[in-house]
Amino acid sequence: MKMLHTVNKSPFENSTVISCISMCAKNSSILFIEDAVISVMKSTKFSNTISNSLKDFKMYALKPDLEARGLSLDNVIEGVEIVGYEEFVDLTTEHDSVQSWL
Amino acid sequence: MKLGILINEGPYQHQASDTALQYVKAAIKKGHEIYRVFFYNDGVNNATRFATPPKDDRNITNEWSNLAKEHGVDLVVCVAAAQRRGILDKGEAERNGKDSDNIADGFRISGLGQLVEAGIQADRLITFGD
Amino acid sequence: MSEEAIIKKFMYVNRKSPYGTIYALESLEVVLITAAFDQDVSLTFTDDGVYQLMKDQNTDGIGMKNFSSTYAALGDYEVKKIYIDQESLDERGLSVSDLQELVWEDEDEDYAEKSSINLVSRAELSEIMSQQDIVMSF
Repeated sequence: MKMLHTVNKSPFENSTVISCISMCAKNSSILFIEDAVISVMKSTKFSNTISNSLKDFKMYALKPDLEARGLSLDNVIEGVEIVGYEEFVDLTTEHDSVQSWL
Repeated sequence: MKLGILINEGPYQHQASDTALQYVKAAIKKGHEIYRVFFYNDGVNNATRFATPPKDDRNITNEWSNLAKEHGVDLVVCVAAAQRRGILDKGEAERNGKDSDNIADGFRISGLGQLVEAGIQADRLITFGD
Repeated sequence: MSEEAIIKKFMYVNRKSPYGTIYALESLEVVLITAAFDQDVSLTFTDDGVYQLMKDQNTDGIGMKNFSSTYAALGDYEVKKIYIDQESLDERGLSVSDLQELVWEDEDEDYAEKSSINLVSRAELSEIMSQQDIVMSF
């Protein structure tokens, strides 16, 4: 079953992003929302982890949350797809289930 | 699809309720049915009609009430979590000897069974929280 | 098809220490209600969630209700699939002997008491999670 995982906390705040990545099955997807969009920016100490994980899962980041935080869309790690709320809805219906990591 | 929504955090303190609102509006726009929005943990605090945010900012409680009014969205507040946090409708206030109730329009208080039922009946259940 | 005939796989993921926040207690309440609806329920304890099952919790000093004995009732509600992340225990210098023994009674074997606890790796947990219909994390 293809699962969509959502994460909402910055990787600098707690280890949820890392826990999610370590437990995400291959062929699942991860959507970064709210403060977790910080995870997908280039040049952070987590950037390599995120880039390497793109081999195993698709990753998405919510555009309104990036823009709200003044994070440039040009600075998002290549391979992470930037989406809006409508695509967020599509992701939840296209996957078999959703796990929100809290 | 039928979508169930679980909200575990109160308004303003976390972005959870705001993200959920945006998600629900987008889902309605795409023609999906919102089976139920269930408020649990501090999420019950979204249901107080006494919230008075600044006029130049969004009124989260009212946004939910409006969704109930305009789209018939079922907004359910968990009774046990609500009692702990002081969110009461008229019946709960009388039963518990309180001098007033504070639940906002469009919300109803019910048991955790409503969350489980949403999980069973909806095609997807999405949680917004801390 | 009546609602009662639909059985979904519900997994509850516990990642937080008890008492610092209410999530451990309120998630347990949802688990028990879900079991009462005859759904296929499993529980995962990972990251700081492993602390929820510590033996010998004494909350007198903090003035909060000690709800740890509720976990022992899970077996009575037919909640017998409890997954504990081995790596989370290792990271915290804990072993399964630090945790409550949770059991269920198998009525097909003369009510023999069996352990509900499954120690799993993250890879195994990942596979188990991906099989669930609904996953709720508190």
